[in-house]
Amino acid sequence: MLKVIDSAVPVSCWSCSVAHNTSTLFCPHCSKIQPPATGDYFSVFSLEPKLNIDTAVLEHEFHRLSRRLHPDRYARATDSERQFALADTALLNDAYRTLKDPLRRTEYLLKLMGTEVGEGLSADGKPAKDSSRAPADLLEEVFELNMQLEEMRDARKAGEESPDIEKDLSRAKIKFETLVEAVDSELREQWSDWEAGDPSHKKIAQKHMVALLDRRRYLSNLVREVNDTLGA
Amino acid sequence: MPEAPVVGIDLGTTNSLVAYMEADQPVVIPGVDGSNLVPSVVALEPLPKEGGRPTVSVGNSARKVLIESPERVIYSVKRLMGRDLDEVKNELKLFPFRLAEDATEGEVPRLQLGELRFTPPEISAYVLRQLKRNAERFFGVEVKQAVITVPAYFNDAERQATKDAGRMAGLQVLRLVNEPTAAALAYGLDRAKAGTIAVYDFGGGTFDISILKLNDGIFEVQSTNGDTHLGGDDIDNLLLTVALDEIQSEHGINLRQHPGAVQALRKSAIDAKIRLSTEPSASFDVELPNGDRYQREIPREVYIQLIEPILARTAGPCKQAMADAGVTPEQIDEVVLVGGSTRIPAVRALVDSLFKLGARGKKCHTDLNPDEVVAMGAAVQAGILSGSSKTTDDLLLLDVTPLSLGIEALGGVTAKIIQRNSTIPASAVEYFTTGVDGQTNVAIHVVQGERELADDCRSLARFDLKGIPPMTAGLPRIEVRFLIDADGILKVTAREQRSGKEAEIEVKATYGLTDEQVETMILDSYDHAEEDFAKRLLIESRNEGLNLLNAVDRGAQTPAWALLTTAERTAIGEARNHLLEVAKGYEIKAISEAMTALDKATRRFAEMMMDSAVSTAIRGKTMEAAGEELAEAVTAPHAFSPAEFK
Repeated sequence: MLKVIDSAVPVSCWSCSVAHNTSTLFCPHCSKIQPPATGDYFSVFSLEPKLNIDTAVLEHEFHRLSRRLHPDRYARATDSERQFALADTALLNDAYRTLKDPLRRTEYLLKLMGTEVGEGLSADGKPAKDSSRAPADLLEEVFELNMQLEEMRDARKAGEESPDIEKDLSRAKIKFETLVEAVDSELREQWSDWEAGDPSHKKIAQKHMVALLDRRRYLSNLVREVNDTLGA
Repeated sequence: MPEAPVVGIDLGTTNSLVAYMEADQPVVIPGVDGSNLVPSVVALEPLPKEGGRPTVSVGNSARKVLIESPERVIYSVKRLMGRDLDEVKNELKLFPFRLAEDATEGEVPRLQLGELRFTPPEISAYVLRQLKRNAERFFGVEVKQAVITVPAYFNDAERQATKDAGRMAGLQVLRLVNEPTAAALAYGLDRAKAGTIAVYDFGGGTFDISILKLNDGIFEVQSTNGDTHLGGDDIDNLLLTVALDEIQSEHGINLRQHPGAVQALRKSAIDAKIRLSTEPSASFDVELPNGDRYQREIPREVYIQLIEPILARTAGPCKQAMADAGVTPEQIDEVVLVGGSTRIPAVRALVDSLFKLGARGKKCHTDLNPDEVVAMGAAVQAGILSGSSKTTDDLLLLDVTPLSLGIEALGGVTAKIIQRNSTIPASAVEYFTTGVDGQTNVAIHVVQGERELADDCRSLARFDLKGIPPMTAGLPRIEVRFLIDADGILKVTAREQRSGKEAEIEVKATYGLTDEQVETMILDSYDHAEEDFAKRLLIESRNEGLNLLNAVDRGAQTPAWALLTTAERTAIGEARNHLLEVAKGYEIKAISEAMTALDKATRRFAEMMMDSAVSTAIRGKTMEAAGEELAEAVTAPHAFSPAEFK
């Protein structure tokens, strides 16, 4: 599913036998539902692989396709049509879930382009092996934050109030949240660079994006840790 | 024979209902006793001495057995659906029924019911069959297809068990629909608006919260959360425990050794709970086995304090659902209340504060009967699936999976492959290989839940991939495809890519009932033959007609008869004679119409027959139900238990 397949492989419609290409979910001739398309998630929505996506348009398209593909529409159809509807809708849902989220979308596109990404976002956002290392420019702040987190936990264990540390942590949290936002806007810049660039520029943008995703993952793990500690 | 519509069934912990789409409105189908609610209670009648098939009764007639012979009755079985032996053992501490003694680890546990043993899906199947029959009486044709609702937070095993129950009852289950989503469908039907709504569903045994976005007929669930073991049952059990403890300390009697007395006390607890929703206090007044009386007044303030911890358990899931949907309470446009437990004022107050309703000048939606709204929504979904109604043509439900799906990775860690709140159907592909040269099996442990360690999640299944062609370790590339279908049920397929031997990888789950087991448990497969069916329906209709006539005739001998106007008496007399006439014939439809007419003519009479206190409590009861009360008071045994066919 992660291969970009040139969508020109002709197959025949199971119902009317007219040839069509494998990326279509409905036969262009008889409109009958077809087995899942072999293209990538973008092609499900008839999109070229790209990163700047209007999510409102994507949602609208998702709803339009859902109305046509959903198993509810095929409750009284033949067994094979029901199977196609189930598989097609699973593909549609998987594609929508991936593309509507800016981070998942970026990661998916990078994988599609053959770039190794640190860790799948789909795997619960848990720290990956290499994203547990603090970015060099943040070493000092992270060290300080970890100290504060520890103090806070110790205080909690001892059943003490610690308004000072709490204040420090809240301040640190806001700081790191701002950093996350900065990463997001840098990421959006890279999206545009990638889309506008020639192949060599694309490669560079991809590298930047991988680094930004790693950084973002690291930062959001920190924010979550602070939230957990404050909320406990 | 005309085709029967697809029905929608709410298979509840406490009560179950069946509904269908009549033109463009969902309508609940009443049972034999005229009541829309069929208590989810199953009783085994004493076995016939001369042999023959045991008779199982369902609903109100089964509930009556509870106090006399609790060992012959099972209720709240929904709490046991899809659960393993340990979980059932734990759950049964609160119930009078027991596990069968031959229960073995790894098999679906069976419950002892009188002399016989049944799995939870079989018990549910009896309830479903009763609903199916009610619908068949109503339509005059066989009902074959249904939509059944389940708590949104039901896991894979619980869903599969529910589907098995449907099949055992002779129903093709076209879809399992989540209860809160069904409720949203029922509410959204005549609203067709856009916005974000929350459905707070607090029923007899389960709690669900779902956040949905409505947009041009599309009901898109954003998130769902809940607790499949939290409901009105817990309040009943709490009041019961308090009473039992007090009886122990004040009267020195361990009532727990008297199952019948415990059930009588449980009934008082339920009555008290219901009264406390409208009255400032309620009381227990129960006779004890030694002749003493246990009397206890419960003021509402004390009651609210008692149940507060139970209600508070619904707050966490609500907050988590809002966080998962990415909305704040202020962004929720409407809150819909579903389930009998939302009648408790303290629950409404909690919902109000959770969603900041009062502060925004809003109120919860309670305009549809909280006991019926889920069944009505199921009927709407049935309409969508059968394409039978114009109203439902443009509606589409996009639901989500409530729990993350994961596989146990090295070190017992859960590797999540499908996140919770993913729109279903949803799929994921994972690749596996072998660790030893020539290995032909690979075991995959699939779990459902949010915890880090697989051991802390709900173990769904251990799949065994068999028939892998022998190769050097690490060389096989086995593609395993996990698909959660529109019912929220997992399907797994596998293929080995290097050898291309895809069909030979066998995927076998190790939980729940096997297909063969379900097949042997199908109830009464013998009475499904078409030719028998029409005959059976006719006999059933005649019996029902005669029951109603008996009730009316008994009623005419009560003082209430004299209170009717001459016109009313004439109308009843005419309707009665008409029913008597058609009941001799062969027209099922005519009998059912005549029954409806007589029922209508006697509605006020039925109310008058009960004393004023009772009549306010059970307003809307029909003649047959009133007859049942009469039968209890005057003569025994009553004639209205559902007809059983030998």
